[in-house]
Amino acid sequence: MERDLNFASKKISARLILLAITTFSATAGISLIATPANAVEKPTKLYGVVTSSTEQPLEGIGISIEGPEGFSADVTTDSLGAWEVLIPTKGTYSATINEDDLPSGQALTDPTKGTAKANVFMLGVELRLLFPIGPGVEKATLLERSAQLTVDGLILGLIIALAALGLNLIFGTTGLTNFAHGEILTFAGLLTYYFSAIAKLPVIVAAPIAVVLSAFISGFLQDRYLWKPLRKRGTGLIAMLVVSIGFAIFLRYFFLFLFGGDTRQLPQYAGQAGLELGLVNITPKSILTTVIGIGFIVFATLWLLRTRMGKASRAVADNPALASASGIDVQKVIRAVWILGAALAGYAGVIVTVNQGVSFLMGQDMLLLIFAAVTLGGLGTANGALVGSLIIGLFVQLSTLFIPTELKYVGALIVLILILIVRPQGILGRKERIG
Amino acid sequence: MDILFIIQQTLSATLGVNAIIFALAAIGLNMHFGYTGLLNFGQAGFLAIGAYSVAVPVITFGLSLWLALLIGIFNSILFALLLGIPTLRLRADYLAIVTIAAAEIVRQIARSATFNDSLGGSDGITGKFGKEFFDLNPFKQGLTTPILRFNGNDLWVVITGWVLVALITFVMWIMVNSPWGRVMRAIREDEDAVRSLGKNVYLYKMQSLIIGGVIGSIAGFVYALSRQSVQPDNYGTALTFFAYTVLILGGAARVFAPIVGAMIFWFLIVFIEQVLRAGVTSNIIPDWLIGVNQVGQIRFMLMGLGLMLLMIFRPQGIFGDKKELALDAKA
Amino acid sequence: MQKPNSGSNFALTASQTPGSSKPDPILIADKITRQFGGLTAVNVDHVEIQRGSITALIGPNGAGKTTFFNLLTGYDSPNSGTWSFNGKALNGIPPHKVARLGMVRTFQLTKALYRLTVIENMLLGARAQKGESVLLSVFPWIWRSQEAAIRVKATSILKNFKLIEKQDDFAAALSGGQRKLLEMARALMVEPEMVMLDEPMAGVNPALKQSLLEHIKELRNEGKTVLFVEHDMDMVHEISDWVIVMAQGQIIAEGTPATVMGNAQVIEAYLGAHHDSDLSSEGA
Repeated sequence: MERDLNFASKKISARLILLAITTFSATAGISLIATPANAVEKPTKLYGVVTSSTEQPLEGIGISIEGPEGFSADVTTDSLGAWEVLIPTKGTYSATINEDDLPSGQALTDPTKGTAKANVFMLGVELRLLFPIGPGVEKATLLERSAQLTVDGLILGLIIALAALGLNLIFGTTGLTNFAHGEILTFAGLLTYYFSAIAKLPVIVAAPIAVVLSAFISGFLQDRYLWKPLRKRGTGLIAMLVVSIGFAIFLRYFFLFLFGGDTRQLPQYAGQAGLELGLVNITPKSILTTVIGIGFIVFATLWLLRTRMGKASRAVADNPALASASGIDVQKVIRAVWILGAALAGYAGVIVTVNQGVSFLMGQDMLLLIFAAVTLGGLGTANGALVGSLIIGLFVQLSTLFIPTELKYVGALIVLILILIVRPQGILGRKERIG
Repeated sequence: MDILFIIQQTLSATLGVNAIIFALAAIGLNMHFGYTGLLNFGQAGFLAIGAYSVAVPVITFGLSLWLALLIGIFNSILFALLLGIPTLRLRADYLAIVTIAAAEIVRQIARSATFNDSLGGSDGITGKFGKEFFDLNPFKQGLTTPILRFNGNDLWVVITGWVLVALITFVMWIMVNSPWGRVMRAIREDEDAVRSLGKNVYLYKMQSLIIGGVIGSIAGFVYALSRQSVQPDNYGTALTFFAYTVLILGGAARVFAPIVGAMIFWFLIVFIEQVLRAGVTSNIIPDWLIGVNQVGQIRFMLMGLGLMLLMIFRPQGIFGDKKELALDAKA
Repeated sequence: MQKPNSGSNFALTASQTPGSSKPDPILIADKITRQFGGLTAVNVDHVEIQRGSITALIGPNGAGKTTFFNLLTGYDSPNSGTWSFNGKALNGIPPHKVARLGMVRTFQLTKALYRLTVIENMLLGARAQKGESVLLSVFPWIWRSQEAAIRVKATSILKNFKLIEKQDDFAAALSGGQRKLLEMARALMVEPEMVMLDEPMAGVNPALKQSLLEHIKELRNEGKTVLFVEHDMDMVHEISDWVIVMAQGQIIAEGTPATVMGNAQVIEAYLGAHHDSDLSSEGA
């Protein structure tokens, strides 16, 4: 037994070293392409293009920029709606648009987004800042706002659900609370960015590639080379939880290292105009990505209910020993669950990237919401994850009717705590027995 | 490569302010997790409350620093009660999620524009709120030796800080080896068994939460005072996770573990950073692989990787006994 | 010297029907129900436990015995019903207070505290150790002498249970049967009036079983009441003064061991669950 453990741990350390070497070599390769490295000769600038809701360039709009060491500058947009500012040092800059300069009929769609912040981590980069401009300055009625927020909430709920389903399945079959789950979204988003912005493929092609790679790397490879060996040597659940935390930190800063700190926008569809559908304003890309997302959920649900592998995974989640005894290959089931979970979460990352851009923090921002959704719905129940996600998504968005937008996550978190106090097993969960 | 400079920076960090902060944060976590089995993932929240309680009363309300410290202890106890009363009867993983959520709520509120006036928003609070403390400093000239270097203010924080750590560790040592400590360790094993012996488990857990939380807030005092600045984003979940790293490194449920863990942690972090930085600036490490500004990121990457390897290969840490593993194979 | 109607004598006079009244009940329960979803786990109309007796609670698996234990000792809340211990109503009383009132239980899945030593397990059981208070713990001189006195008591109980040699070993190092003994010994440190043992014989080797039986008899001789759940019918027959039979959440029979064993309903309840088992064979 001792010798086996030694051998196993040697294999694991060998694999980890191999992984580390591969990662660092890949880093060398990608960093050549991904970030304009430290060519100090290139100027550092902030820039942007201000367009109306119908994609017309807006001229003569004032932008004032402030930065560290008392830096300040004022520029106006030219005939193409473009502006730019050269900046001298690293640090945090903020650019504020002068809303009075906007023509009548156009205004910021979100009044809190009048100031865009940029963290300049290194010199020689060009950072694009966006101001969301939309039609009309009329205060939206409560009904309109509610309708819009409901739709936004459902979409957010869908994104959370895609990630939460995977998390829940993995928890159900292996007992692992995966704190690195958010990084699956980030990774897929960054892959989409890489394939479209760097490798110059159209987004329509880049996105599916990202999802497939996500399923393979974040799903298959992650289980095969990290979690399966740990399960085999009997690592405890809390220990694995802590390992996943370390992994999350490692990945987050690895992404930062590779791609820098800003939110990256995809080269296509970035400033897409929204369609007016009844009371609601929604962009075509949002509609498309949402519909595909719903398709993913339907697929996953059917998989769980109808396919052999899906039913097997529910059996394993319920009682692994019994499932194994009845001939189910538990490790295979777990592998399948990881692949599916990573595909779903990867697609969630794609949705966010296409609609809002991607940054190294995407995973961290989403993680707490995902946990909240899963806990709310009831840890370990598949329907629970869906229900919880929708509730969290709706609550986060609708709460902005009553509380400041910046505190909307706080609202959701408070609701989570309250529900746990009243009903610790979640909405659909089952109570446990003592003795 | 200036070897002496690297040694000086590394040694100063090992004995320096950050080591003290993390030692205190980890001592608090040791009470929670090492001895009582409470999965508190919101320790950063306690530090934030301590830090803001030092800055806000002095800067915004003009109160004395000493009064602010008392307010800080009070706020910390209040936060522990708020956290504990509803959640201590929840299962371990639920407690983990709730405590992360609570700490995030604290951070979000601290950085919100809504409370900008009193809490400083996302830029935080910077000011001479530590004046009364630094006025007492008899070592204003600092310490300058080839292998160890502290400026005047830092030296004072370092001396008082380690004295504080020693005191708290001593008291904790007594408590942990007392019958009270025995109840705690039993609760960590099995709450229901302890209840069947007539002990009010809920009360004990609350006491643990409060004590560990107050110690965490004291870490926040040191954090704020040492820099005379409070930035909300410093108190995110990463801080809690690194405190756990320190705790596990030393070997959870050993009274001296957090101190040793913190010192080794900062030794490694700064040493690696210094070596990398020196390597990059002297071009031993090529520019296209790691840029000068990316050394900090590499540092965090290594911290994450280190935590993973620690948990996989030596979860009992340096001092822990494998038999008494704080992280049970069955847990 | 036994008083009339005490521990064993009551068996001669009490009526052998479910829910019969006892001359000097220490525990009385009325209309206790517990439902899980659609399933009724416990539905006890009335039951009384005679003070100073050894009463066995038997029944097929899933009859609700452990659930009933949990309800009586405060580890679970019933959907309805009231019960009292020594006349004191126990509705809503949390488990640690129930223990302090004098009703101490052990668990079906033994809860020996693995990372504490045997002696620490025992010291834990002591009542009113001042050092267990958070404030007083900081001043060792206040609780040291008390600790020494408790240790004397603990070692004497351990000697009695033949565990004294293992006192500095971690509880994890004991065998299954030894852990059961430890749990029982620990329960005695609380100075209970009533001891509730949930399957004390499960997994214990025959040599230790005899030892356990003797200890249980001793408890009765000291005036304590014992209620225990068991599947080992030989043991039940050997030491119980009284037997209560549960099936599907209800009490279907009560009486002396001899009467109950011959009860047709009881036999059917068991045979319904286990077709081939002999009532006097080892466990279920």
